[in-house]
Amino acid sequence: MIRDFGIVWSERSLLLSGLANTTILSVLSAAAALVLGMALTPALMARNRAVVFAARGFVDGMRCVPFLLFAYIVYYGLPSLGLRFDNWTSGLVALIVYNTAYMAEILRGAWQAQPREPIEAGVAFGFSELRLFRRIILPPLLLMAGPVIGNQVIQIIKDSAFLTIIALPELTHAASSIQSRRYVPFAAFITAVALYWGLCLIVEAGVSSIGRLAEARR
Amino acid sequence: MSGADIVAILQGAVVTVTLSLVGILIGLPLGLGLALVRWADTPVFARVVALYVSILRATPLVTLLLLLFFALPNIGVPIGPISAAVLALVMNTSAFNCEVWRAALNAFPKDQYEAAQAVGMRAGQRFRRIVLPQIARASLPGLVNEMSLLIKVTPVLAVVGVVDITRAAVRIGAETYEPLPPFLVAVALYMPIVFALVSLQRWIERRQAAAEAAA
Repeated sequence: MIRDFGIVWSERSLLLSGLANTTILSVLSAAAALVLGMALTPALMARNRAVVFAARGFVDGMRCVPFLLFAYIVYYGLPSLGLRFDNWTSGLVALIVYNTAYMAEILRGAWQAQPREPIEAGVAFGFSELRLFRRIILPPLLLMAGPVIGNQVIQIIKDSAFLTIIALPELTHAASSIQSRRYVPFAAFITAVALYWGLCLIVEAGVSSIGRLAEARR
Repeated sequence: MSGADIVAILQGAVVTVTLSLVGILIGLPLGLGLALVRWADTPVFARVVALYVSILRATPLVTLLLLLFFALPNIGVPIGPISAAVLALVMNTSAFNCEVWRAALNAFPKDQYEAAQAVGMRAGQRFRRIVLPQIARASLPGLVNEMSLLIKVTPVLAVVGVVDITRAAVRIGAETYEPLPPFLVAVALYMPIVFALVSLQRWIERRQAAAEAAA
C-alpha cells in the first residue's frame, strides 16, 4: 500500500497539474457565472412578462438537465449545428452557462428577502438604476447569499470532475490516467478525493469569513 | 435515429430510474441513522460520521465511482458496474441526507422530548411517536431536493458501463454520427423527472407554509 502511494508521489506533477486545472476551471467559471447570474437576476424580477418568461425558462430548464448530459451536448452535439469548440472551451462554456442559471436563482431568492426601505431610500436619493443596483442592492445581496454561493462553488468544483468524460485534463482525469498506467487505483483516487476535500474546505473557510464580515456589518 | 434507438434510450430510462430509486430507498434511512449517531453524540462514532459526511460531500461522484469500481477488486472485493453504481449513489446521497436530517433534529424542540420522557415513554417510543413524525415533515423539502440532485448525477454511472439514458444516447450518437437527436431525447426524459421532483418540493413547501399560517 505504501508502495502504491510512492508511485502516486512519483506522478505528483501530473496530479498537481490536474489540481491546478480543476482550480482554474472552478474559479473562472464561478466568477463568470456569478457575474452573468447578476446580470440575469434583474430579468427574473422584471416587470415585462416576456423577459421574465424567457429568463425563467432558461433558469428552470438548466436546473432540470443533468450537468454531464449538458457537457456532452456542448462538446458532441453542438458541432452538428456548426459550433465546434475544443474540450477546454466546451468544458468552461458548459460550466459557466449551466451555473449562471443557478447563481441567478440564488441571487433572486436573496433579493426577494431584502428589506424594501434601503432601495426606496436610494431611489428617493436620486440614484440611477445601475448605480442603485451596484451600490445599494448588490452588496447586502452578496453578503446574504454568501453561504449559498459557497455551496454552489463546491458544486462547481464537483461538476468540473464530470469534464473528465470529454478528456479535459482535470484532477479526476489525472487520477484515472495514473491508475490505468501504473495500476494503483486505490492510492490514485484516494489522493484525488483528499485533494477535492482540501479544495472544498478552503471554500468553506472562505464562506465562514464572509459570514463574519456580514455579521460585523450589521 | 430509428424507433429501435428510442426504445433503447427508454430502456436506459428504466435503468436510471431503478438505480435512483434504490439509491434513494437505501440512502434515506441510512442518512437518518448517520444523523442520529451525530445527534446522540456517540463518543467515537459521531466524529467518524462527521468526517465521513465532510469527505463524501466534497467528493465528486465520478471520482467516488471510479475509486469503488477499480480499487475494491484490487483489495479482493469483486464488484460489478451495477453494484459499484448503487454503492456510490448510496454513499453520496446518505452524506447529504444526513445533513438534512441533522438540521431537523437540531431544530427539534427539547421540551417536547423531555415531556415524552416525563410521561414515561421509552427511547424507541419517543423517537417513533414524537421525534420522527415531526423531523420527517421538516426534512421533506430538503430530502426531495436531494432526490432531484441524485437523478442529475446519475449520468455519471455510464462511465463504468451502466447502460442508462446517457450511455444509450452516447452509443446511438456514435453509431449514427448524429449525436444531437439522441441527446435531445435524453434531455426530454430527464427534464420531466427532475421537474416533477422540483415541483413536488415547491408544493410541499407551499402546503407547509399555508398550514403554518393557518395554525
